[in-house]
Amino acid sequence: MSGKTLYDKLWDAHVVRSEEDGTALLYIDRHLVHEVTSPQAFEGLRLAGRHPWRTDSVLAVADHNVPTTDRRHGITDPVSRQQVETLDENCRVFHITEFRMDDTRQGIVHVIGPEQGATLPGMTVVCGDSHTSTHGAFGALAHGIGTSEVEHVLATQCLLQKKSRNMRVRVEGKVASGVTAKDIALAVIAEIGTAGGTGYAIEFAGEAVRALSMEGRMTLCNMAIEAGARAGLVAVDQTTIDYLKGRPYAPKGALWEAAVAAWADLHSDEDAMFDREVVIDAAEIRPQVTWGTSPEMVVPVDMAVPDPDAEPDRVKAESMRRALEYMGLKAGMPITEIAIDKVFIGSCTNSRIEDLRAAAAVVKGRHVADNVKLAMVVPGSGLVKRQAEEEGLDEIFIEAGFEWREPGCSMCLAMNADRLEPGERCASTSNRNFEGRQGQGGRTHLVSPAMAAAAAVAGHFVDVREF
Amino acid sequence: MRAFTTLTGKVIPLDRANVDTDAIIPKQYLKSIKRSGFGPNLFDDWRYLDPGEPGMDNSRRRPNPDFVLNDPRYAGGSILLARKNFGCGSSREHAVWALDDYGIRAVIAPSFADIFFNNSFKSGLLPIVLDETEVDALFAAVTATPGYTLTIDLEAQAVSTPEGRRFYFEVDPFRKHCLLEGLDDIGLTLQHADEIRAYEAKRRQEAPWLFAAE
Ligand code: SF4
Repeated sequence: MSGKTLYDKLWDAHVVRSEEDGTALLYIDRHLVHEVTSPQAFEGLRLAGRHPWRTDSVLAVADHNVPTTDRRHGITDPVSRQQVETLDENCRVFHITEFRMDDTRQGIVHVIGPEQGATLPGMTVVCGDSHTSTHGAFGALAHGIGTSEVEHVLATQCLLQKKSRNMRVRVEGKVASGVTAKDIALAVIAEIGTAGGTGYAIEFAGEAVRALSMEGRMTLCNMAIEAGARAGLVAVDQTTIDYLKGRPYAPKGALWEAAVAAWADLHSDEDAMFDREVVIDAAEIRPQVTWGTSPEMVVPVDMAVPDPDAEPDRVKAESMRRALEYMGLKAGMPITEIAIDKVFIGSCTNSRIEDLRAAAAVVKGRHVADNVKLAMVVPGSGLVKRQAEEEGLDEIFIEAGFEWREPGCSMCLAMNADRLEPGERCASTSNRNFEGRQGQGGRTHLVSPAMAAAAAVAGHFVDVREF
Repeated sequence: MRAFTTLTGKVIPLDRANVDTDAIIPKQYLKSIKRSGFGPNLFDDWRYLDPGEPGMDNSRRRPNPDFVLNDPRYAGGSILLARKNFGCGSSREHAVWALDDYGIRAVIAPSFADIFFNNSFKSGLLPIVLDETEVDALFAAVTATPGYTLTIDLEAQAVSTPEGRRFYFEVDPFRKHCLLEGLDDIGLTLQHADEIRAYEAKRRQEAPWLFAAE
């Protein structure tokens, strides 16, 4: 019998019972909750007279609707305010820990979980949010769920699941300087497509993945969902352990020692079998820029906007045409000639301290170009913000003409006041370039923090390796 | 949950691949704390020419005449036909609620995004995967035939065309059972509460750090 993959191990350790057709009741160790996808779940509990099974497994935070400017006056949009207040109230009534808007620990749910050590190796982690895949960077089985499932997990501590298939993406060799985890993620999506990972859990492996910091691994796993996979995974190693040590929710003392010993097994066995394996040469990866309205519509920065006429697949060519029209671009145009109106550095993909350091290093001593109407940095959490301020990054950004904001999802999906106006073009470090994602009619180009920073200074996309 | 057994309904052809959940129901409508009322804003950005905000009177907005939902031919349709990777993007179940609220009971496509697929069953919306060639054939038939209807039989796992063709689809036995009976997942799971407690007790021994709060 062949060995087990990391996914197999995590799955097997959490099965409470199985139905004949393979549907399993999977035990959930950590449940993260935010304001957008939870109100109907709490309402469901209330209507059925049910209670949360294990409140100490739940951690809640409001992130999607919160303003990124002065918070002293609360949320002005009454609908957004009601949603945040509903979360506050549900957490109060059901005795759930919540980092409220005025708490320094508040931030994007996928940033604060790991930051607090609330995400641990070997856990199952769920959240009513597709980017829960982020937490897989810790060797945890983590994926997004819908609101009915949020209610199910609250009520039963379990999830009804069918096992996914195993895929491994090995990124072998070293990436060139200026090439980041974001570029690896986009290059993987370019390779397998946005539906390539559908039905799979993707384990990211190989020398270039091992070399990534935890921040980088989180960026990579974060975008597993853009590749179609509900869960991304990276095996546990010393980098994982060093990151977690001493974090508030991480175990302490003897418990920590026992945990670290158990985590040594959280990797795929040598002889484990994968249903699909993809190998990518790290040295080939160049800084990536999306040109269309799906993350798979992406090319290296030194290339041109592709031509739909050269695409043999009719449905694909049609989507390309529609995307070019929406994006206001012409086939054959060099990526570096695309001028931008706004810059957004933030989101659960790229708002951690390392991302901000990378962007600050590019803008230091330079200034945002005149044609750029707004360049903003939105740290992923209050703690990331404080750390950045201790390092003086805020001043670098402000001197360069950036706005330095309060933490939250912000212009990643524009549920708060931060958004693109119709036709505006944005260099964004977020994860989705769908039509209207950052504001109706807005045009999003996904890039790494360093690439976004360089674009802010130049006023158009540039190759950060030559900047 | 509402049960799903058989359905005969008009088909709405949405000839696009990678229809994402942001397109199905744009973010501004996610601020609602209810499960219903999303139907008028289904595909909002494509459906109306003017920007929409929650609380607007949609009857006063300008419909986009080129969008399929505004084509009188497909009015009252309850089966949506789409291309591959339908429902990709976010986990928002609001996408399913919006389709449901509009009156869509089944979506047929060559493939679906995992989370959307899963969410659909929770509201009694049936996602049906057919081959790309079968989907092509259906698109051709729908556009050529005004008032084109299909009949879906979940028990038989079949989609029948008016010309008498039958396309078979897969569905997990467990999901099929829940859908046919209209069963509540949570109630079902809670029947196994003792097993969950036993698992929990074992895990507390094996991996106590998973149960240590801050
Ligand atoms: S930052 Fe963006 S992708 Fe991440 S949780 Fe918030 S809205 Fe979702």
